Amino acid sequence: MSTKVDIYENVLNQNERLAGEFNQKLSGDGVFFINILWSPGAGKTTCLLNLIPLLPQQSFVIEGDIESDIDTVKMRDSGIPAVQINTEGACHLETPQITSILPEFKEGFLFVENIGNLVCPAEFLIGEHIKLLIPTVVEGSDKPYKYPLAFEKADLILLNKIDLLPYVDFDIDYFSAGVRRLNPDAPILQVCGKTGQGFREAAEWILERSGKKYL
Amino acid sequence: MHEFPAAARILEIALEKAQENGADRATEIHLVMGDRCGYLFESLKLCFEAAAMGTACEKTELTVERIPAQLQCDRCGTRFVKKPFSFDCPKEGCGGSGIPTDTGREFYVKYIELSNDGSK
Repeated sequence: MSTKVDIYENVLNQNERLAGEFNQKLSGDGVFFINILWSPGAGKTTCLLNLIPLLPQQSFVIEGDIESDIDTVKMRDSGIPAVQINTEGACHLETPQITSILPEFKEGFLFVENIGNLVCPAEFLIGEHIKLLIPTVVEGSDKPYKYPLAFEKADLILLNKIDLLPYVDFDIDYFSAGVRRLNPDAPILQVCGKTGQGFREAAEWILERSGKKYL
Repeated sequence: MHEFPAAARILEIALEKAQENGADRATEIHLVMGDRCGYLFESLKLCFEAAAMGTACEKTELTVERIPAQLQCDRCGTRFVKKPFSFDCPKEGCGGSGIPTDTGREFYVKYIELSNDGSK
C-alpha cells in the first residue's frame, strides 16, 4: 500500500531557525555579528586588522579556514582575541560550528571570517547581522555578473587593494553597475588594507548599522 | 560537499514522516527547486544516496519540479522570467533592469510517497 503525504517543508529551515535563534541571543547580549565573505587572498584578515581598532567596543574574531591557524595567530599577535575553525575540506561554516566555539562574549563586535569561497558561504546563514564582502580590484570587474548571490546578499562591500587600480584593468563603473543590478542598497567603499585608506568610513557605517553609535 | 547538509536534512524529514505514518519505507521524495536556489539536483541525488544507505530511504527516488527565476524591473515594476546572461526588462521601450526576487529561490520538500510493503 502506498500513501502520499504532503510536506511543504523548506529544506534549509532548520539551519535558518538555528541562525535566527543565535542572532537573537547575540542581539540580547549587545553583540553585532559581521559575516565576512570573499575568495582566498582578498585580504580579509588584513582588512579586519585595519577595521577593528577603529571600533569603540571590543571585538572577537572567529577565523574559518580549511586548514591552518595562520590568521588566528595574526589576530592574537595584534592583541585581538580570536579562535580558529578548521573545516578540513568543508566549503562553508554553519551556525553550530560558531555557537560551539564562541566563548562568553558580550557588548561588542563578532567577526567571522568565512571560508574563502563565493558560493556556499553566501547560501548558509550563520546568525549574522550583516554580510560584509571584500572583493578586490585585481580580480577583474566582472565578479558581480559571475557570482551574483554573494552581491545580492551583501550589506556592505569593501573594494580592497584600491592602491593597485592604476596597474590593473579594473572597470569600476562596470563593477558598480553589476552590483546595483543585484543590490540597490549596499554601499561600495574603496579601501586599501596596505595603507589603511577607507576604513574609517567603513567603521562608521558598521557602527551606525549596529545601533551602537548612540549608546 | 555543498549539497550534503541539504541531502541529510531531506533524509531526516523523510525518515521522520515515514516513522510518524508507520510506513516501511519511502518510495519517492518530491522536491521543488527554484532555478536560483543554489543547489544542483544531480549532486543532491548523489549525496542523498550516500546518506540514505541502510535506512528506510535507501531506494527512494528523488524527483523534482523546477521554478524559473523571476526578476522585477526597477523602472516599470514588471516581473519577468530571467533569461540567461541578461537582466534586461523585456517590455518594449522600457530599458529597465531586473532586480532579483524570491521567485526562483524555492527549495522545499513538497510531498513524500510512503509504502507499507512489509519489508520492515
